Amino acid sequence: MTTRSRSRPLLLVSAALVASLALGVTAGAAGIPPRGIALALLDLLPFVTVDSGLTPVEQGLLFELRVPRVLLVAMVGGLLAIAGAGYQGVFRNPLADPYLLGAAAGAGLTVTLAVVFTRGGGLTVPAAAFAGAVGGVLLSYTLGRTAGRGGGTATLILAGVAVSSFLTALQAFVQQLKVDELQRIYAWILGGVGGGWDQLRMIAPYAVLSSAVLLLHGRLLDVLSVGDEEATSLGLHAGRTRVAVLLAASLATASAVAVSGLIGFVGTVVPHAVRRLAGWSYRTVLPLSLLGGAAFLVLADLVARLALAPAELPIGVVTAFVGAPFFIAVLRATKREGV
Amino acid sequence: MSTAAPPVLTGPAGVEVRGLSVRLGGRPVLTDVGLSAPSGGWLAIIGPNGAGKSTLLKAIAGLIGRTGEVRVAGTPVDRLRHRQRARLIAYAPQSPALPPDMTVYEYALLGRTPYIPYLGRESALDKEVTESVLERLGLTGFASRPLGELSGGERQRVVLARALAQQAPVLLLDEPTTALDLGHQQQVLELIDRLRVTDRLTVVTTLHDLSLAGQYADSLVLLAGGRAVAAGPPGRVLTEPLLTRHFGAQIRVETGADGRPMVFLVRPEAQ
Repeated sequence: MTTRSRSRPLLLVSAALVASLALGVTAGAAGIPPRGIALALLDLLPFVTVDSGLTPVEQGLLFELRVPRVLLVAMVGGLLAIAGAGYQGVFRNPLADPYLLGAAAGAGLTVTLAVVFTRGGGLTVPAAAFAGAVGGVLLSYTLGRTAGRGGGTATLILAGVAVSSFLTALQAFVQQLKVDELQRIYAWILGGVGGGWDQLRMIAPYAVLSSAVLLLHGRLLDVLSVGDEEATSLGLHAGRTRVAVLLAASLATASAVAVSGLIGFVGTVVPHAVRRLAGWSYRTVLPLSLLGGAAFLVLADLVARLALAPAELPIGVVTAFVGAPFFIAVLRATKREGV
Repeated sequence: MSTAAPPVLTGPAGVEVRGLSVRLGGRPVLTDVGLSAPSGGWLAIIGPNGAGKSTLLKAIAGLIGRTGEVRVAGTPVDRLRHRQRARLIAYAPQSPALPPDMTVYEYALLGRTPYIPYLGRESALDKEVTESVLERLGLTGFASRPLGELSGGERQRVVLARALAQQAPVLLLDEPTTALDLGHQQQVLELIDRLRVTDRLTVVTTLHDLSLAGQYADSLVLLAGGRAVAAGPPGRVLTEPLLTRHFGAQIRVETGADGRPMVFLVRPEAQ
C-alpha cells in the first residue's frame, strides 16, 4: 500500500535483472575476458571512448552473437511471464500460463503453417502467431467451460493441456507432411537460441505494444478479482476489459513464440514468485513479472549454455526442470486457499 | 395476477421499477414485476426460495438482461453509461468474492472505481473518501488486515464499506445478514439503518427473515413464482393468509410492541 513496500521489491527485481544480464553477457563457452566485455560495453555509451583490448573476433562474437542473444532471451522471458500474469488475471486462475492454455501451441501451429505454405514473408509470421495464440486460448476456454461446471481452476488447465497436445500433434503432422521444409521450420523453432538483431527487431514493436497494454490494465484486473458481477456493478465493462487483456497477453505470447520455440512454465513460475515477494495486486505483479521473467530466462539460458558445454541444452528443458516442481507447489497452494 | 399496491410515497432519489421481466435460459424467472422504493426509504424483497429475489436485485443493478424499466431519481438507468450508473447504484451480492490477500483498505478503495478514468489511478479524494468510510464503520484499525483473516461480521461491514465508498444514493444489498449470528445480524441491520438516515440512502434488500424484514423495512414486496404478489407496508404484507399461501408454512403473525408484525413458525399438529 505504501510506496516503500512497493519500491523495495522493484529494486530487488531490477537488481536481479541487471545482474543476470551482466552474467549472461560475460559467461560463455568462448572465454572472452570479462574486463574487456565491460570496457567494450562502456565504449558504447555516448561521449565515452575506451579501448576494450578485445580482438576483432571477440568484438564480433560479443556484439553479433552474445549481446543480441541475451537481449532476445530477456525479452522472451519478460513476455512469457507478463502474458502468464495477464492470463491469470483474465481467468482468475493462478495456474494460467501461455503454454498450459494452448496459446503457445496455437502460435506454433499457425507459424508452422505460415512457414510451410507462404514462405513467411513480411507480416505473415507475426500475424499467424497472433491468430494462433488467440485461437488456442479461446479453444481451451470454450472446452474448459463446457467440460466441467464447478471443476474450478484445474478444468481450464486440463482443457488447455489437451488443446496444446492436439495442436502440437497437428504441428508435427504438418512438419512430416512437408519433410523438405523441416530445415526451415527447425531453424525457426530453434531460432531463439541462435538469436540475432533481426529477430530482436522483428518482435520489438509487438513486445512493446503488448507489454504496454498489459501494464496499463493492472488496476482493472484488480477490480475484476472480485468477480464479474461486482466489477460490472462498479461500472467496469468486465467483458471488454477481459478481451483487451486476453488479446495483449496473446500478442505477447505470439511475439515470444515467434522467435523462441517451446519454453514452458515461465508464465506460472515468475508471477507466482512475484506474488510471494510483492503481494497480490496486478499493478505490481505485471511490471515485476516482466522484469523478473527476463532475469529468470537469462539465467535459464546461461544454465542451458554451460551445463553440458560445449553442447547446448534447449532452454525449455531448463525451465521445465525448475518449473514443473514449482507448478506443483502453486497447485498445492491454490488447493489450500480453495480458489 | 399482480395485486401490487401503489407506492406509499415517492421522492427524488427513489427507485421505480415497471414491468420488469427476466428470462434465464429461456425460462421466465421474473414476470412483469413492479416496485417502488421512495427516496431515503428501506424496501425489503421477501419470498420463498427460488422466487427470484436475488435475480430481481441483479436486474435492478443492471447485471443481467431484462425487459421493462428501472428508474433511479426519475432517470431511466438504461440511458446511463456503466460508470454513471455505478455512481447511482451500489450493489453487494449475497456472497461477495473476497480475495484473501487483499487488505480491507484496498477492497474498500475498489468502491471508487466508477470515479477513476479507465486507465487512470485513484486520486487523493478517492483515498480520502475511502479512509473516512472506514473510520465511520469503525474499520480504521482493520485497514491493513487481509480479507482472509476477517470474521463473518467484519466481512459484512467491509462489504458495506466498499458499497459506501461508491457514494451512490441507492444501496442494493442481497441478504446482508446471511451466515451471521443473531447479534451480528442486528448490528449490521442497525448500521445500515443508521447510514440510511444520515446519508439519506435508499436501501433495497432481500431478506429471508420475515420478522427482521418487518422490523427494518418501511415497505415490502412479496415475490412468489417470479411475480410480485403483494406490496406495501409490513402490516399489509406480513399477513397470515399471504404467508401461509406463498411460503407453504404454518405461521402465526403477532403485532410487536413497536406496532410492527412479528412472524412465528407454528409446529404442525402431530399426526
